[in-house]
Amino acid sequence: MRSLRLLAPRVASLAGRRYAAASVAERIEEKRAQSLVGGGERRIAAQHKKGRLTARERIDVLLDENSFVEYDRFVEQRCSDFGMDDPKNKISGDSVVTGRGYINGRLVYVFSQDFTVFGGSLSSAQAIKICKVMDQAMEVGAPVIGLNDSGGARIQEGVESLAGYADIFQKNVLASGVIPQISVIMGPCAGGAVYSPALTDFTFMVKDSSYMFITGPDVVKSVTNEEITQEELGGANTHTKISGVAHKAFENDIQALVEMRELFSYLPSSNRDESPQIETSDPADRLVPSLETVIPNESTTPYDIKDVINPVIDDSEFWEIQPDFAKNIVVGFARMDGRTVGIVANQPKVAAGCLDISASIKAGRFVRFCDAFNVPIVTFVDVPGFLPGTAQEHNGIITHGAKLLYAYAEATVPKITIITRKAYGGAYDVMSSKHLRGDANYAWPSAEVAVMGAKGAVSIIFRDPKEAEAQEQEYIEKFANPFPAATRGYVDDIIDPVTTRRQICADLAILANKKQTNPYKKHANMPL
Amino acid sequence: MFRKVNRLSARSAHNWQKDIYKTVTYDPNEPQFDKILVANRGEIACRVFKTAKEMGIKTVSVYSEADAQTVHANMADERVCVGPAPTNESYLRMDRIIEAIKKTGAQAVHPGYGFLSENAEFATKLKENGITFIGPPNGAIISMGDKIESKVVAEKAGVNVIPGFNGVVKDLDHAIEISNDIGYPVMIKASAGGGGKGMRVAWNDAEAKEGYYLSKQEAASSFGDDRLLIEKFVDSPRHIELQILADKHGNVVYLNERECSVQRRNQKVVEEAPSVFIDPELRARMGKQACELARAVGYNSAGTVEFLVDSEKNFYFLEMNTRLQVEHPITECITGVDLVREMLRVAYGHPLSITQDEIKINGWAVESRVYAEDPTKQFGLPSVGRLHRYQEPTELPGTRCDSGIKEGSEISIYYDAMISKLVTYADTREEALKRMEKALDSYVIRGVTHNASLLQEIIKHPNFLSGDITTNFLYEHYPDGFHGKQLTSEESIRVLSIASALYYTRLASRLSYKSNERHLIKPKPVSSFSAIVNDTAANINVTESGGKLLISVDGAEPVEYPSPNVSESVIHFNDDIVQPIKLTNESVSIQFEGSVFTVSILPSKARELEKLMPEKPKEDLTGKLISPMPGTVISVDVAVGDMVAAGQTCAVVEAMKMQNALSVSRDGKVKAIHVADGEKVADGDLLIELE
Repeated sequence: MRSLRLLAPRVASLAGRRYAAASVAERIEEKRAQSLVGGGERRIAAQHKKGRLTARERIDVLLDENSFVEYDRFVEQRCSDFGMDDPKNKISGDSVVTGRGYINGRLVYVFSQDFTVFGGSLSSAQAIKICKVMDQAMEVGAPVIGLNDSGGARIQEGVESLAGYADIFQKNVLASGVIPQISVIMGPCAGGAVYSPALTDFTFMVKDSSYMFITGPDVVKSVTNEEITQEELGGANTHTKISGVAHKAFENDIQALVEMRELFSYLPSSNRDESPQIETSDPADRLVPSLETVIPNESTTPYDIKDVINPVIDDSEFWEIQPDFAKNIVVGFARMDGRTVGIVANQPKVAAGCLDISASIKAGRFVRFCDAFNVPIVTFVDVPGFLPGTAQEHNGIITHGAKLLYAYAEATVPKITIITRKAYGGAYDVMSSKHLRGDANYAWPSAEVAVMGAKGAVSIIFRDPKEAEAQEQEYIEKFANPFPAATRGYVDDIIDPVTTRRQICADLAILANKKQTNPYKKHANMPL
Repeated sequence: MFRKVNRLSARSAHNWQKDIYKTVTYDPNEPQFDKILVANRGEIACRVFKTAKEMGIKTVSVYSEADAQTVHANMADERVCVGPAPTNESYLRMDRIIEAIKKTGAQAVHPGYGFLSENAEFATKLKENGITFIGPPNGAIISMGDKIESKVVAEKAGVNVIPGFNGVVKDLDHAIEISNDIGYPVMIKASAGGGGKGMRVAWNDAEAKEGYYLSKQEAASSFGDDRLLIEKFVDSPRHIELQILADKHGNVVYLNERECSVQRRNQKVVEEAPSVFIDPELRARMGKQACELARAVGYNSAGTVEFLVDSEKNFYFLEMNTRLQVEHPITECITGVDLVREMLRVAYGHPLSITQDEIKINGWAVESRVYAEDPTKQFGLPSVGRLHRYQEPTELPGTRCDSGIKEGSEISIYYDAMISKLVTYADTREEALKRMEKALDSYVIRGVTHNASLLQEIIKHPNFLSGDITTNFLYEHYPDGFHGKQLTSEESIRVLSIASALYYTRLASRLSYKSNERHLIKPKPVSSFSAIVNDTAANINVTESGGKLLISVDGAEPVEYPSPNVSESVIHFNDDIVQPIKLTNESVSIQFEGSVFTVSILPSKARELEKLMPEKPKEDLTGKLISPMPGTVISVDVAVGDMVAAGQTCAVVEAMKMQNALSVSRDGKVKAIHVADGEKVADGDLLIELE
């Protein structure tokens, strides 16, 4: 590709000329050149000034060098109202750059909204371009990455623009579970535009330069009288920590795109493909001595579940999803013996690792992603139960908690579960238990599988507090250990923590050939 | 018990004991204790257990609740819990320890160092209960434990002493009066003290005031005795100490000196034996005085007489430590004597197994105290954490590592921040230092900040190499503190090349698909990129050839590097030993000569575009008081609304028995206080905010 700087003067000189006077070859050249600069040098400079890259620069960073093949660079918007039919408003390619390319040699389809062209607004032309790459991605079975930077609907086009959104939504839904879809919000994303990212598998944001909301601060002010900034209403901080809408935020465009390459390396191309596996130098049978002492002596003392996850996975490389939201559960991608796995783990360090509404939604959605795309799930369990309280009950912990239960029960991918410490009550059942078709369920010697903690249990069994106290020790001896579950076959083995990695890798190798299907149905009716 | 898995014990199989303890051949049928208890924790407990096991003596450990999973607790044949984590509720509880001795039937107690090792009351109580104390007689502990009395005794025994005030300081006014009488600089120290705790140097009245309070507090919390004394502070001195051994039959020998001048806050960092400064004649004179002092107090067991030596080779008695010293291994390495074994034998009643003539200097030994500390903060403020990766370099020749931890161990705020004592020994000082360099590079410690960078810096410093050191070594050569290793331009190129080799190899493995990828084109890893470390940027080009990597920096002649295994924790790149810490798509962090460097790596195009990215503003911290270390808040000395001046102490935080007075960096009015006395804080926690 020639540099933009060289082409710019030519574009300027060409702009004044009548099209008819030019030959077809010249016009092709002219349009091609025009499409490369989008809204022009001045708008590109404005985009850079905001600390944002242009649509094409983003694609360059995202894809393998020189691998981008562009589609529809000659497409123009066709609006005739409000002076939009003026030739200077007919910008080649309109407000989005689309095409295909490779990331680490693997095919990917991309669309990148161009803020320099009418603020990246969604015209019917843009929608058609986006739908085209999505259709092709579906047909060949390759992921789609959308780089969003758009002011919203192309107002001049009216309902045509809205139709465009709906067309994209429809494609998002049909593609869901067929190919991985990733949205990266790199600028504004407001109104109806937010629903396309919401329908995709993962949404990422760039700190300080992106925001997402249904209605902006002005409308919020006029309707509810709340004074709020864009950043507070829908910035990266809000969506990664409070709402959970976004799955992670990055410092700037470059980091976001470079990290997308990393995430992409974990994802299968489609639901027809197996979980990717690469050569690794980390031995599958490596013992992990540090796990011997990771569980504190006191069963109420918190510890960091990442001290369990990191040394078990390949080279301690863990690509965490939603690291700042519902921190009482940890989810993300890792590799074991080079193969992508999804990790789900209760985090005893935060709220004792209990399940609440946010944690159930976070983990439930992740489990469903893994199941849809043949990614085996490794679950580390240390859960004291569901979080009690009116805040939880009134907001529907019953329905939301059921989402995680549903996701695990429905999943047919290999499911390996390690109970590190507590597995209490209904939460025990939920966390990839044997009863939900767990393939390999292990307990560490520190595991306690019981209906509840000893204190609570004896106070219910024995009304007399004196007797309850006397019986507490007996309850502990009976239930605060892995035997009740192991003698019934609810865990397949009690394993030495040090051997955890070895066990999981061996199981994954065997389970790679697992075939399990659910009964035919139009679709299931999960507790949304 | 649970089925044990072979835990790759090969690493710890290296037996340095056999390599070192060659001087004495013991009679295997000699009578000895059947069972001993070690009233200590960590590395020193493990050290004593090792010798006891070698001798066939049964062992008992005591441990606090926080230490239940530690190496020392589980190394002994029997174990007894003596209380909760704080030392005054566990390791300092004589009643519980004596109960443990009775319960297990141990005949003798080794106190290690610190805790109850120099506590005469403990020794007395043991005696009353018919238990042998593996240490000197009570009288010696009392007279040498008291700095005031010890000076008097030493003077009487013909030992050179420093001028000072022979008495207990009554109050602050008295302290200032005495300080002025002696003349600044003065040293204020705990009468019952040792190991640098409760010790402050004052150069003027204001510092004397601060030193008085801090020393008093530290003395109270560390020793339960807040009496202070003041003496002349000898400027530019060397700290040289003589190891002695004595038995109950009147035999006393000295086992040469240890050079312990490299210190920070009066705590030793690097020690060596022998000292380059001491000639045979001086050694003999110092040794003789040390032995005389031991005789004067009827000493038996192992002990250390510390001297300050000035540039004219005048030496002054500092104090006598009536216990096994932390740095005893270097003496063992050059003399070949197992000091713990001699202590056990002497306590049992045997005469020493060596005479003065048999004690030689065989080669050179260096000890690095590896601390869980951030050396860039006051040469070392404690850090805490879990050692998620830990590997001692003991497979290297002439390398000994005394530690009480293993992979997965926790460094907590309750106890000393020392991770281990890394000792190297060889025929010459030069070789021993070379080995130390290699050992530090190969020592894997992940999960806590450690001081390997400072240790590396010290042992490579030209003044250290030439033996030109004083107790002010660090403060003299790093007046603004230590800021981590400073890379030369040649070193920067090596760091960039090594980081690039790791980055390239990691990316290449991403492309080695084993799964069936339907859309795969034959990908090649990015081979040219831009790498930046600190302020040095370079364009790197990597080519693979015959299993090697050819790395060219800024178009220069390519240098050949081995293709690294990125999963290894220690990697040899030609002459550099490097530890990869974290590899990502954007950066490579490596430990190089003890310091961690993060190299930013991006494809050249992305680097060009990166220039367009905005600089994020840094948070202004001038009006904020941040805890520089994890610990417990001892006191908050200001209230909301108070006006404070830059440098004024606003709060005191204590961790690992070390108190740190924290001051604000600018004047202002206190807006908010976020902590209260007794509260636990983490490194980086906001304590106080100014308006």
